[in-house]
Amino acid sequence: MSTLNSLSLIEQINGLAAGTFSATELVKAHLDAIDRHRALNAFITVTPELALDAAARADQLRARGEATELAGIPIAHKDLFCTEGVLTTCGSRMLSRFVAPYDAEVVTRCKAAGLSMLGKLNLDEFAMGSSNENSAYGPVRNPWDLDRVPGGSSGGSAAAVAARLTPLATATDTGGSIRQPAALTGTCGLKPTYGRVSRWGMVAYASSLDQGGLIARSAADLAIGLAVIAGHDPKDSTSARDLVPSYRDALDSPLKGLRIGLPTAFFDHRMSDAMRTRLTTVIQALTDLGAAMIEVELPHIDHAIPAYYVIAPAEASSNLSRFDGVRFGHRAADPKDLNDLYTRSRGEGFGSEVKRRILMGTYALSEGYYEAYYKKAQQIRRLIKMDFLQAFTQCDLLLGPTTPGVAFPIGAKTQDPVAMYLEDIYTVATNLAGLPGGSFPAGRIDGLPVGFQLMAPHFAESRILNVAHQVQQVTPWHHDHPEGL
Amino acid sequence: MRYEAVIGLEVHVQLATASKIFSGASTTFGAEPNRQASAIDLGLPGVLPVPNQAAFEMAVKFGLAIGAEIGTYSAFDRKNYFYPDLPKGYQISQFDAPIVKQGQVTIVLEDGQEKSIRVTRAHLEEDAGKSIHDAYDGMTGVDLNRAGTALLEIVSEPDLRSAKEAVAYLKIIHSIIRYLGISDGNMAEGSMRCDCNVSIRPVGTNTLGTRTEIKNVNSFRFVERAINSEIARQIDLLDDGGRVTQETRLYDPDRDETRSMRSKEEANDYRYFPDPDLLPVVLDAGFIDACRATLPELPDARKVRYVRDYGVTEYDASVLVADREIADYFEAVAKESGQGKLAANWVMGTVLSELNQTDHAITQFPVQPAALTQLIVRIADQTLNSKTAKTVFEGLMRQEGSVDAIIAARGLVQVTDRGAIEALVERVLASHPEQVANYRAAADEKRPKMLGFFVGQTMKASQGKANPQQLNAVLIAKLQEDDGA
Repeated sequence: MSTLNSLSLIEQINGLAAGTFSATELVKAHLDAIDRHRALNAFITVTPELALDAAARADQLRARGEATELAGIPIAHKDLFCTEGVLTTCGSRMLSRFVAPYDAEVVTRCKAAGLSMLGKLNLDEFAMGSSNENSAYGPVRNPWDLDRVPGGSSGGSAAAVAARLTPLATATDTGGSIRQPAALTGTCGLKPTYGRVSRWGMVAYASSLDQGGLIARSAADLAIGLAVIAGHDPKDSTSARDLVPSYRDALDSPLKGLRIGLPTAFFDHRMSDAMRTRLTTVIQALTDLGAAMIEVELPHIDHAIPAYYVIAPAEASSNLSRFDGVRFGHRAADPKDLNDLYTRSRGEGFGSEVKRRILMGTYALSEGYYEAYYKKAQQIRRLIKMDFLQAFTQCDLLLGPTTPGVAFPIGAKTQDPVAMYLEDIYTVATNLAGLPGGSFPAGRIDGLPVGFQLMAPHFAESRILNVAHQVQQVTPWHHDHPEGL
Repeated sequence: MRYEAVIGLEVHVQLATASKIFSGASTTFGAEPNRQASAIDLGLPGVLPVPNQAAFEMAVKFGLAIGAEIGTYSAFDRKNYFYPDLPKGYQISQFDAPIVKQGQVTIVLEDGQEKSIRVTRAHLEEDAGKSIHDAYDGMTGVDLNRAGTALLEIVSEPDLRSAKEAVAYLKIIHSIIRYLGISDGNMAEGSMRCDCNVSIRPVGTNTLGTRTEIKNVNSFRFVERAINSEIARQIDLLDDGGRVTQETRLYDPDRDETRSMRSKEEANDYRYFPDPDLLPVVLDAGFIDACRATLPELPDARKVRYVRDYGVTEYDASVLVADREIADYFEAVAKESGQGKLAANWVMGTVLSELNQTDHAITQFPVQPAALTQLIVRIADQTLNSKTAKTVFEGLMRQEGSVDAIIAARGLVQVTDRGAIEALVERVLASHPEQVANYRAAADEKRPKMLGFFVGQTMKASQGKANPQQLNAVLIAKLQEDDGA
């Protein structure tokens, strides 16, 4: 049994460049691992032929000295990114047979970089969820404890990286869907600034909050991946034109003199002692590296969850209207009339959490409620953004926990949507403000991983990766992995 | 009781952009169903809209043409409703921040009075597709070629007081969009469609009655008939002690009546909210100035100039300028021939009536401005009289050659030789002694009437070629010469 899949992304790059192993061997090792860990249910679709074809091409190019650095390196995409000719389900029965005639821009860029796609990763249906239990393809299991959730919605991406099924996975984050599963699986997740990564071909949940990003095993690996997917795309009107800096070059900057803000609301009585202990060790590492800690206020942060659960469902209710059984996706059998076609196609095609959010969002946008809900939520959103901008006049980035606790058992919160929504309590605010945020391993509580979160000003992804990388130079947590892997 | 009508129009104009407002698909009319619908127009999962700059230029030009304030900050909203020909389940439109704010146009009433009609706003939006209900035996076909075509919706204030005023307003809008070249305004093909809001109130009162909206009326004639039939229906209702209910109605031209489509209670709650896929559009002064620089001379300005430069009446000028191509045609003839009034008479009489009979576009008309100019030159230099000119025009219609060639071929040169005319007159007088005697016996005031007989006879003898003025003069002189002799 090959163990090439346990190498980090950088080790894989170096091995290919040195000719220690071929891309074909590397991809085979990952495909074997995927096969061995089918119980995780991390993948909805595995594409071995495509992956091996791409690996063979990479090997030929490398033999001729024409390969890109990442040629043949495996990657897997969250099944929310459209892939030309390959099923894109969004974790929904609605799209159980949907094959897009185009690639998402993120997929196009990965192809151009020479990466070989292993397959499509499981997720909460249409990215709605925090446990990956809302998938029509079954829940994803946490590699650290198969009876626990991996977090969500990018649960497949996080589980696949944690279990060494891929060195790099794309993911999306609307309210915490990259960072929360990264924290619960002991992996590193980066949600870039809104607009940094093109949303073209990324099936929309809440367009003003959705952002594509990555899950990997270290900050340095994330820096390599982000350079591939970041950048302006004229096909996405909300895509930023800001130049993409060299994330790798920034990794080694010293942290001396860096001011790190600790939002008081993130460290109040609601934080468990165990989590406080984990965060304290992170803070100690940063202090040892020369960074200064200051307390900052984010006065409106407690309104983030309610504002998010108005805005996101409102946009979702509109974004998901196109799934009507008319042109693509699930269509009910033998509709009696138009209304029957709509109600049964949508009733059968969508799962209960998606329906719940469509209903909430429809309500929030309805005549007579718009002002009280949607408009008010947008006002709160502006205030939260101002809170962050104000905080960043005092500090260079913010530090906090990623989640309230460790991964919970499968089924523990499925009957209590509000408890589930509170999983995102530390993550949604950055989405509302459009800021970049990353989650990085902070050790374990009761044997299960937790993460620390870094939040930076708009387009300061380099700063997050730099700080996390420096911490990872002096701490061992990101090397932790489930036993037997 | 006597009532007056209060009418406002919502005019949808398809903009003549080469591609759609948010996708690169072509907008040509008449393609095979669904062949001009891209992934964006189909609303496939993951696609995103990118605004077409040409649509903004056209909208700004319209705004400038009606003296409106341009919305330098405009934004797109989603209008949510389910219908099979609305692919995304929402229409992208402008609700809160339209690109064109209040402006006005001037209509000419039947009595020649001018009236100013306020335009509330004009906003950009995308068109829906078409549902085809009668072709598939109990099923409905959906053609999405039209989906995503750029529309400018022009909303008037309720300033119109009769169906005739409404048509006059609609014709002015039609004229302006055609002058600007921003739409072909073809109502039969749906490039310009009209919704009419109609209410009535007792003459002398100022409050507005309950209005009904007549949807999608597709010709000038039907607009007039639909409004008149709706006014009559509302008057009958009120006179019978009934009430008008606010509702949407459809006009059935075959039965010349409107019928209810849906009432206010059944109306959609469109759940408008800002489209998160599109950033607000900020137009700078440079963009607006560039649009202004390309504005052509508009009908009102042309009218003033035609009266001044070509000596035509106000009424004639308003008829001539209504259509840009006809106005261009007239102006070419008037300018080259130096005979404004003659040119106006020929264009408004002969040319327009031929056009109406043959359905020709004036650019395809067999008699082009150069030929008509030649004809008018030959009338002015007295080579032709009105009768022979008609004959030459018919020759031109049949493409028999140039004006001079037709004159030569048919021997139509006007006789202006006084001696020849005198000889003709003498011959006619000699062969009608009785009529001559009667003329000479008649009282002065009766003579002009009797002169017609001799004019006719002499003209006939000249085969229509005698110069009429000379002929008249010679006849009168000859009849008086021997008077009382």
